[in-house]
Amino acid sequence: MTAPRTLFDKIWDNHLVDRQEDGTCLIYIDRHLVHEVTSPQAFEGLALTGRKVHRPEQTLAVADHNVPTTDRSAGITEPESKLQVDTLEANGKAFGIRVFGMSDERQGIVHIVGPEQGFTLPGMTIVCGDSHTSTHGAFGSLAFGIGTSEVEHVLATQTLVQAPAKNMRIRVEGKLPKGATAKDIVLKIISVLGTAGGTGYVIEYAGEAIRNLSMEGRMTICNMSIEGGARAGLIAPDETTFAYVKGRPMAPKAEDWDKAVLYWMSLHTDEGAHFDKEIVIDAAEIIPQVTWGTSPEDVVPITGSVPNPDDAADEGKAKAMRRSLEYMGLKAGQKIEEVKIDRVFIGSCTNGRIEDLRAAASVAKGRKVDPSVKAMVVPGSGLVKHQAEAEGLDAIFREAGFEWREPGCSMCLAMNADKLEPGERCASTSNRNFEGRQGRGGRTHLVSPEIAVASAITGYLTDVRKFLA
Amino acid sequence: MDKFEVLTGVAAPLPMINVDTDMIIPKQFLKTIKRTGLGKSLFFEMRYDDAGNEIPEFVLNKPAYRNAKILVAGANFGCGSSREHAPWSILDFGIRCVIAPSFADIFYNNCFKNGILPIKAPQEVCDKLMKAADNGANATFTVDLKAQEIHTPDGEVVSFDVDEFRRHCLLNGLDDIGLTLVKKPKIDAYEADRKATQPWV
Repeated sequence: MTAPRTLFDKIWDNHLVDRQEDGTCLIYIDRHLVHEVTSPQAFEGLALTGRKVHRPEQTLAVADHNVPTTDRSAGITEPESKLQVDTLEANGKAFGIRVFGMSDERQGIVHIVGPEQGFTLPGMTIVCGDSHTSTHGAFGSLAFGIGTSEVEHVLATQTLVQAPAKNMRIRVEGKLPKGATAKDIVLKIISVLGTAGGTGYVIEYAGEAIRNLSMEGRMTICNMSIEGGARAGLIAPDETTFAYVKGRPMAPKAEDWDKAVLYWMSLHTDEGAHFDKEIVIDAAEIIPQVTWGTSPEDVVPITGSVPNPDDAADEGKAKAMRRSLEYMGLKAGQKIEEVKIDRVFIGSCTNGRIEDLRAAASVAKGRKVDPSVKAMVVPGSGLVKHQAEAEGLDAIFREAGFEWREPGCSMCLAMNADKLEPGERCASTSNRNFEGRQGRGGRTHLVSPEIAVASAITGYLTDVRKFLA
Repeated sequence: MDKFEVLTGVAAPLPMINVDTDMIIPKQFLKTIKRTGLGKSLFFEMRYDDAGNEIPEFVLNKPAYRNAKILVAGANFGCGSSREHAPWSILDFGIRCVIAPSFADIFYNNCFKNGILPIKAPQEVCDKLMKAADNGANATFTVDLKAQEIHTPDGEVVSFDVDEFRRHCLLNGLDDIGLTLVKKPKIDAYEADRKATQPWV
């Protein structure tokens, strides 16, 4: 009888190739996603050393960070972005790796494309040179971001040198109240955990409120694990997972499917397994959330006020808060719902999936964006875009006054032309509110798609519950 | 990768918590397809004004710290994205050691792959080192990886911990990929076994 194991332990054990005496492990990597920003130097490294890609079929490449979200028929005009995207396609050819090019309808944000294609499967190890790789943990796979040197290591060996992480479980028990979404759950979690609280851990999310989420919602939660400092988040696979995966282009078929599901059903934490840390959150207490500062832990309820640095736990935090308030142009005690916004961004690997767009459209339907606000919707992938158009969501957004764009990372990190001007304030469904993240001097408030739309309509950060029947 | 044995140089104080990778190197510099040339853009938004002129108050713009080789910073240094451009820009500037109470995981890992030594030291030790680093041109530290010691200008010696395998790789400038490829037969055996037991992967 083996000792009870966590979900993380099971996946880890299943991928162990070698364990050195000092505890350093070599783990096998099942799937590798590659994008244009963090890969060129890795391919260059391979070329310089004459190394090949060990398992090219286990890597999938797609350009997302730099692609324009406006008309692409003329290609990319910005020369540096064009060079990166062209380099990705050239490296794909040179090393035998599949690339979804810019004109491929499957192109989109890597973390939306992987699950959509069935490239992401339960029980796997999945990496990408991108910290939001944690998204894929929603399938019960161990998925984490890596640096470019590690991208090169995975390309050359299909393995990574790693030390095992510590286990944390966050249980969100009970039912979510009206107006609260997966985004509000994860913002609440980060506010409890702190931006470094998850450092060194893999977090397993569990409890009734997590189990009740769709795959899209689960991806939103796991996506932002890194904002709590954890490289990876995990949710045990269940019928919701299997139903999502079944029939996807790269998912197992026929006999393999049955075998796979049988194995996937064993992927849960055993009764009595040890967690180094455990947190329980009452879902009923989660009301819609919004960030006020420049760290993802700077979270308050939409009904709340900007906090006072004098109330901070320590001087380091107080100093950081004062800096945030100055950068954000806010005053302690100011009501959140009285904060005027200029821009709205709906999209990103956090909230750019079809369910997010449906939720946003349901609030936007029959309403108008305030004339003082410039609002845009950027679907997470070409397939999400097509699905949304088939459902008529694009028409709802357009009629309400939103711009309807081509897929990509867009204003989540503002590497392409989509960015805030200095001092502009944005209600954004993305994942980071760091200084300058959406453009130098830009001010970001992280929110759910529903709050983003409600705010676009009023021109102020707004509690979406006012718009719900 | 260059070996890291003993490093002597000026230590620059950056007393901020949660220094994120967007602060270390903002996105407009991620469009490069090279690893080099990023040093001039390190801490870009804190270092230069809108017109591109140096902001004299920023620590690395002060005469005493322009050639700093060590950085002392607040907790959770390097949080945010996985961009290895962050350690590349630090290295390209000439900094090979960052000392902080804690680091974000991915950044911490990325440092070792580039011959940078990130040292986790308790808050009170960091406070002391931050004060010592405040001494301008006199803030010369020696970091000895073999002895696992930091020597401050006033003769104080602080010891630090670092993972043994990572220390070994840094001291010898070892290439991870080369080390792993020695284990190729184990990787092959693993793949063969997986193919039999989990054919859908």
